Amino acid sequence: MTEGADRGGNALYGPQPDVSGAAGCPDAPPRVGFFTDTSVCIGCKACEVACKEWNAIPEDGLELTGMSYDNTRGLGADTWRHVAFVEQSGPFGGPEAAPDGAADVDVFAAASRLGTGPGPARTAFPVTPDGRTELRWLMSSDVCKHCTHAGCLDVCPTGALFRTEFGTVVVQQDICNGCGYCVPACPYGVIGRREGDGRVWKCTLCYDRLGVGLEPACAKSCPTESIQFGPLEELRERARERVARLHAAGVTDARLYGESPEDGVGGAGAFFLLLDEPEVYGLPPDPQVTTRDLPAMWRHAAAAAVTLAALVLGSCARRKR
Amino acid sequence: MSESDVTRDGVRGARPGREAVTGDRAGRRRRRGGRGERPVVPEAEFGSYYGLPVISKPPWEPLDIAGYLYLGGLAGASSLLAAGARLTGRPGLAAPALTAAAGAISLSLAALVHDLGRPARFLYMLRVCKPTSPMNVGSWLLAAYAPLTLTAAATGVAGRYRLLGAAATAGAAVLGPAVATYTAVLLSDTAVPSWHEGHRELPFVFAGSAAGAASGLALAVAPAGQAGPARRLAVLGTALELGAFHTMKRRMGLAARPFGQGRAGLLVRTSELLTAGGAVLGLCSARDRRLAVAAGTALLAGSAALRFGVFHAGVASAEDPAYTVLPQRERLEALASRP
Ligand code: SF4
Ligand code: SF4
Repeated sequence: MTEGADRGGNALYGPQPDVSGAAGCPDAPPRVGFFTDTSVCIGCKACEVACKEWNAIPEDGLELTGMSYDNTRGLGADTWRHVAFVEQSGPFGGPEAAPDGAADVDVFAAASRLGTGPGPARTAFPVTPDGRTELRWLMSSDVCKHCTHAGCLDVCPTGALFRTEFGTVVVQQDICNGCGYCVPACPYGVIGRREGDGRVWKCTLCYDRLGVGLEPACAKSCPTESIQFGPLEELRERARERVARLHAAGVTDARLYGESPEDGVGGAGAFFLLLDEPEVYGLPPDPQVTTRDLPAMWRHAAAAAVTLAALVLGSCARRKR
Repeated sequence: MSESDVTRDGVRGARPGREAVTGDRAGRRRRRGGRGERPVVPEAEFGSYYGLPVISKPPWEPLDIAGYLYLGGLAGASSLLAAGARLTGRPGLAAPALTAAAGAISLSLAALVHDLGRPARFLYMLRVCKPTSPMNVGSWLLAAYAPLTLTAAATGVAGRYRLLGAAATAGAAVLGPAVATYTAVLLSDTAVPSWHEGHRELPFVFAGSAAGAASGLALAVAPAGQAGPARRLAVLGTALELGAFHTMKRRMGLAARPFGQGRAGLLVRTSELLTAGGAVLGLCSARDRRLAVAAGTALLAGSAALRFGVFHAGVASAEDPAYTVLPQRERLEALASRP
């Protein structure tokens, strides 16, 4: 039962350069994923809509949360792309504030200068009298991370969740028996069980579209290229360049989230460029795949079982007659 | 969501540590040496997305799954007790333990199937063999254990096929302890903080609790003259359970808190009282039938309360982003401060 420990260190956690191969798919195409650059997200929710349309996801309530422009709340069985809206009041790092007359600034001109030259860029955010920016919105389109070591996939007892040839993680709906184990196993709270249907659903990274050489619907619909789709290695490269550019432009808060193969899930297939701590966007700051500790769990359970047997037999040992 | 107002000075009236205005209160605030912010509860200072949970809580019915954990424990330990009683010539103890194991495992299987989103597909659990999935391992375990238990009980009741009965009893006793403890792995192998962080001790807690339940049932129904093992097992099991639980809570840091709060806290405290009380009462029950029944009932109820308490503590820890975010933040900061 402790087999996991012996199957090479990287079966359960750590870097794994060939996920599809490790899952038993030789000659797989390069692993693909998403790079979601939240610094250019305008919160239009085109991705949410495109995803729902393409994947024929049922309507799941038309409520107003009253907390922001986000009325979707989070990912789940019926939301595979979720745009988070974070309203923050200053002071902020990031682009230096314009001195005064901020109201007259031409934002398009300012935006076109952003990140083009060396040195800190000027910007058009409203400023307080002491020259600090006052309010900003962070918008970010969240999605299943298609983890290198996916907790959901590891714990699925039926094999309904599987690793595709593209390195993504997909539920086979004709297999899932709705045990719901994958739901609390995901360190990001992505996957969910659908009411009435009983099975779990999540982002497939548009497996059907990938199969015919199309990019996923969300990336296709994103008007700002905040959502970029492509081979993971290429995306990582592009993301590192983008962070460097933003840093040079004075946006020192820019950081990558989930791109490192060294992280607790072995690197996410869908990673992000964020402008604040991950938890601000509702993301866990240091997620770990739960099965990393599974060999230890089995060992302890075995020891506990032996202890139980010893206790019972010990209790019986004193003969009555 | 919350009763907060957004003003020019930020968000007012939101619960501390909960609002999305986090840039200046999470990492940033500390880096800048702290500006004049409204005080927040120091240990609860963390960023979150409108206080929404980070992970999803399990979609399980408490009655189904906590009941499943409880009945599995009762069955597994009862099988062991039955085998021990049989070996040492205590038929009056073996018979009820065999029946208890068969009844409990049947009910627990029913609870498990009932909780599936697609109950008709429950056999899909056995379409693969997958050691990384405790639920899969458990399904195989039960697929072997349940028939053995039922055979053992049936031959016992019928009083025929003694050899088959003995073999089945022995087989069930070998698998029983695994059935009682694997459920701890089932819970721990999730992202739920209060379950995962206890992954080392939880199997021992469940083992102790299973011993308590099985001895309780035996105490309540077996003739006093043959219930000696049950009385001793009640004490040993209780000691194991309480000791392991204490160690677990001490070692798991913040994630221990849900075990002392709200519904989970109430259940855990009740369980400790019932279990300890039942074990002590059991010791004095050698000559008094009514005492034995009371002790047995207390032990059974205590074990059930423990499983429900653990279940609810996990759900509470999943619902509050603090339990997910704060320990992870701490881990990152510890890493960063290492040279
Ligand atoms: S983010 Fe969650 S649902 Fe997506 S692959 Fe990772 S563990 Fe599975
Ligand atoms: S709910 Fe479906 S996909 Fe999730 S673990 Fe169970 S069988 Fe697998």
